[in-house]
Amino acid sequence: MNPQLNKNGELQHLLTIEGLPREIILSILDIAAPFTEVAEREVKKVPLLRGKSVFNLFFENSTRTRTTFEIAAKRLSADVINLNINTSSTAKGETLIDTVDNLAAMQADMFIVRHAASGAPYLIAQHLRATGADHIHVVNAGDGRHAHPTQGLLDMYTIRHYKKDFTGLTVAIVGDVLHSRVARSQIHALTTLGVPEVRVIAPKTLLPTEVERMGVRVFNDMREGLRGVDVVMMLRLQNERMNGALLASPQEYFKYYGLTPDKLEQAKPDAIVMHPGPMNRGVEIDSAVADGGQAVILPQVTFGIAVRMAVMSMLAGN
Amino acid sequence: MPNLPPAADLCRRLADAMRPHATPATALVGIHTGGAWVAEWLHRELGIQAPLGTMNVSFYRDDYSQRGLHAGRKPSSIPFDVEGAHIVIVDDVLYTGRTIRAALNELFDYGRPGKVDLAVLVDRGGRELPIGATWCAHAMQVPAGINLDLERTEDGQLAFRIVEK
Repeated sequence: MNPQLNKNGELQHLLTIEGLPREIILSILDIAAPFTEVAEREVKKVPLLRGKSVFNLFFENSTRTRTTFEIAAKRLSADVINLNINTSSTAKGETLIDTVDNLAAMQADMFIVRHAASGAPYLIAQHLRATGADHIHVVNAGDGRHAHPTQGLLDMYTIRHYKKDFTGLTVAIVGDVLHSRVARSQIHALTTLGVPEVRVIAPKTLLPTEVERMGVRVFNDMREGLRGVDVVMMLRLQNERMNGALLASPQEYFKYYGLTPDKLEQAKPDAIVMHPGPMNRGVEIDSAVADGGQAVILPQVTFGIAVRMAVMSMLAGN
Repeated sequence: MPNLPPAADLCRRLADAMRPHATPATALVGIHTGGAWVAEWLHRELGIQAPLGTMNVSFYRDDYSQRGLHAGRKPSSIPFDVEGAHIVIVDDVLYTGRTIRAALNELFDYGRPGKVDLAVLVDRGGRELPIGATWCAHAMQVPAGINLDLERTEDGQLAFRIVEK
């Protein structure tokens, strides 16, 4: 049984895109569409989650992602409580499960969870089920190297917005696939939606072993990998990886794997360039590309709010 | 089975009732999906100046927790300034009044209209809220187990389908 779905096959928690039925992914994208219009109103709010308490549980810092969830929840009229875990009970030694039980006792309706450990949101969802508190919904906002499903979904929304149909596309994911939960969510989403060719472009040291088994084609040469693609999805090179032995230097990385106008010429002329943010200009992407006509990086942010609104309101209604 | 005049006749009847009251400041907002079709027809027929508005009130419904959200609903679009405007909300069928309550709530999130009216093709009774139509082409009592669904053919003709649940 898929732990994300309830007895009726409806989405109960959003933990990962892996194994999510295609119809559910598509219905999230469809439901997100009307939410894009809410942001353009005089009153940027709809009452769907009025009286619901949404807890942002960020065990790992991420101002950007937390803010987008907070905005999405507030535009749905929910009450949002941000827990600064670093200065809270966890720092005093409380376990994850005790934290969850305490918040459940405060009548929480939804947990948005970011955790450095892969599987932490699963553990919470399982525990809620075991304690009969599974009216509380869990949204994974990024766990370890495992998954970042709302990022994957907003990327799919963005691709569909510009390219309309998934079934004729060639999509390249470029960068640190090894450490990237974003890349894993993107690959699962793209293959589930029927994208015929998903490529990953990275140095060997930044690729998981047997990544081909996820249904992707591997390229170590960026120009070769970008040839004829419709969509270029850049990944953030996390600065902390620089200290290890995986990469020589940011300059060398940029030389071989930085997206420059010159390398982008290999892609189709109407290819779009995406990035989950925050960008390292001059490391994985050149400013001329990031600010250029093919970049859809800021629309991704705007669509991200609508997609998170769709996910939260779908969960709360199931 | 209730005896219902053809939808095209009801549309004409509704337009005739509204015509004396339409001013250059009047704007129409149709409720998805049936109401939007009727509003589209009235907009042409009455020569309304303001661009046509449409509303998807599913974000404002009070039965959201039972029904959830469904894919494929179009976004609301209010392409004129609501502040001070004379707005006619248009729907195909007036029943419990809950859709209109949701529509009024949504409308006020766009601004403060000067006046709001309601135009419907059919008032089928069964109200659960103190809401009435300003103009209604046909009033009849329809038992709770029967749905009146407005449909539009490919060539733009409107017709009611009566469905027994």
